[in-house]
Amino acid sequence: MSKTYEYVPEPALVKGNHDFSSITALVTDINMRPTPKGWYIAFAISNMLLLVLLVSIAYLIWEGTGIWGLNQPVGWGWAIINFVWWVGIGHAGTLISAILFLFRQGWRTAINRFAEAMTIFAVMCAGIFPAIHVGRIWVVYWMFPLPNQMAMWPNFNSPLLWDVFAVSTYMTVSFLFWYVGLVPDLATVRDRIKSKVGKVLYGIGALGWRGSNRHWWNYEKSYMILAGLATPLVLSVHTIVSFDFAVSLIPGWHTTIFPPYFVAGAVFSGFAMVLTLMIICRKIYNLEDIMTVDHIEKMNLIILVTGSMVGFAYLMEFFIAWYGQVEYEKAIFIIRATGPYAWAYWIMIACNVISPQLFWSKKIRRNVTLTFIVSIVVNIGMWFERFVITVSSLSTDFLPSSWGYYSPTIWDVLTYVGTFGLFFTFFLLFLRFLPMIAVAELKGVMPQADPHNYDENGEYVEPKVEVPEPKKLNS
Amino acid sequence: MSTTKNNLYGILAEVRNPKELIDVAKLVDKSGYKNYDTFSPFPVHGMDKAMNLNKSKLGWIVLGHGIVGLTGAFAMIYYMMVYDYPLNISGKTLMNIPAWIPVMFELTILLSAFGAVFGMFFLNGLPKFNHPLFNSEQFKKVTDDGFFICIEAEDPQFDAEKVEKLLKNAGAQNIETIHDES
Repeated sequence: MSKTYEYVPEPALVKGNHDFSSITALVTDINMRPTPKGWYIAFAISNMLLLVLLVSIAYLIWEGTGIWGLNQPVGWGWAIINFVWWVGIGHAGTLISAILFLFRQGWRTAINRFAEAMTIFAVMCAGIFPAIHVGRIWVVYWMFPLPNQMAMWPNFNSPLLWDVFAVSTYMTVSFLFWYVGLVPDLATVRDRIKSKVGKVLYGIGALGWRGSNRHWWNYEKSYMILAGLATPLVLSVHTIVSFDFAVSLIPGWHTTIFPPYFVAGAVFSGFAMVLTLMIICRKIYNLEDIMTVDHIEKMNLIILVTGSMVGFAYLMEFFIAWYGQVEYEKAIFIIRATGPYAWAYWIMIACNVISPQLFWSKKIRRNVTLTFIVSIVVNIGMWFERFVITVSSLSTDFLPSSWGYYSPTIWDVLTYVGTFGLFFTFFLLFLRFLPMIAVAELKGVMPQADPHNYDENGEYVEPKVEVPEPKKLNS
Repeated sequence: MSTTKNNLYGILAEVRNPKELIDVAKLVDKSGYKNYDTFSPFPVHGMDKAMNLNKSKLGWIVLGHGIVGLTGAFAMIYYMMVYDYPLNISGKTLMNIPAWIPVMFELTILLSAFGAVFGMFFLNGLPKFNHPLFNSEQFKKVTDDGFFICIEAEDPQFDAEKVEKLLKNAGAQNIETIHDES
């Protein structure tokens, strides 16, 4: 009987002929080599952008939020858009490190460190906006339940306060998760580095880690619990971010689809950002053996899925607006697609719904250049999604007499561009000084790590894939 | 039983790969040693069973922290919103518990995560300034591709000659005596 199906074995996670020590060298030598020239150039550019951010913030504090394009009726502009955009990007890191860990996806080990670092820096960029937009930044502590001169407390019924708790918890937990993963790798660098100062500094970071199995025992438990905690956390964070909109009564915002739709959009944009950064880094640092085309393909599949979910949500919003028969709700969606901000709406549709559909083709999924282009397009689209949601609903709300067109000022733009400076400054420091791949975890998923792949004499035997014979259909 | 024999810490030996590490750990465990440990660059699958380790207590620590986070958040919000400065917001009830859930949830997660991370370091006795094993030059490989086992002098049935023989017969190499120089 002829075979009725083909067995496709899981591709090897690490390409090339690597053993444990060559993996260690491949990753941690990057931290020990002299700093490459290109790094200085990139760092200088990032620093200049960071300066732009600092100047924009200083001028904002000096002059007040009037320097932004906010006015009646649009009182929420680029600050909230950028906040949601950056937080959303961060979500991919947690998804890769926590959710894929719980699902036992071995391929995550190649990119999790990288993506978690991206999460932390993206959340830092996001956190700036709510902090500086308050107008009187010297009383920003009123956001927190701290005793103050008014003897009042923040309002725990308000989604904006939930946001304070959600984002600060998210930042803290992401950092802890990242650091726990880093400890064994910092120990690796500590044991390999020649410089005295480096030994001391990495030694402090490694906390005296010595690879003891009694330690690994608690460590793995801790890692699993953290993954279990971070999974509902990441879903809750963007849910609460969407509550900032959904709990209000503005047409186009007051919908129950917002939480899942925001979470899908966050994962969508975050994976795109991871791909953008990863495609550059794997090339520059010669990490193609670890971050393989198979990884890119898997991430593209997630982009395809979440992009289609976002597209479905766009359709559903229209359907519910019609089905709900609320005049304002119906009007706002028609205005979105045909009104003053139709250009933004159609950019959003083209980037978010249409561009990821390219990934139905296996050829395109495995094409690095096209993936890179789509990953940037997706993030442009996701920025416009937040723009459309925020601005279109506010600029054309209940009373046509109070409608108005919103445009940003130069300071809106400079603050946003400046956050890239902050992001890349930290990201470049991360690439330079910390192992950008979770070495210990990566070794753990190599076939050499499995004790079953050795014979009685302790010699390594390549694992054989057993292809089951197809069962006879008519028996 | 003397705990320090000339400041002897224990006997360290290297094996070639994860399988040999599991085999030697099983052998050492069967021979009745209690104070020993294996060292590897990554957690070896099946090692916890081979070493007969008890269940990690970390889960209980995290549970405790989580309960403190949940009840603490509730107590804080209750104090602020109902007791200390009640605000009448369009006649709605002060005990608006559904609206408190997000903050209670976040603080539960936050405290549990603290428990998971700091509890793990506490159980592992980290951070630690130094350790006798760091005196060994070959032990540096443990974070790269070295697999080690160390039987500590504290073990009640520790006898340097017997231990060395056991490890040698098990196929371990680079057997080294580790002294505690502190």
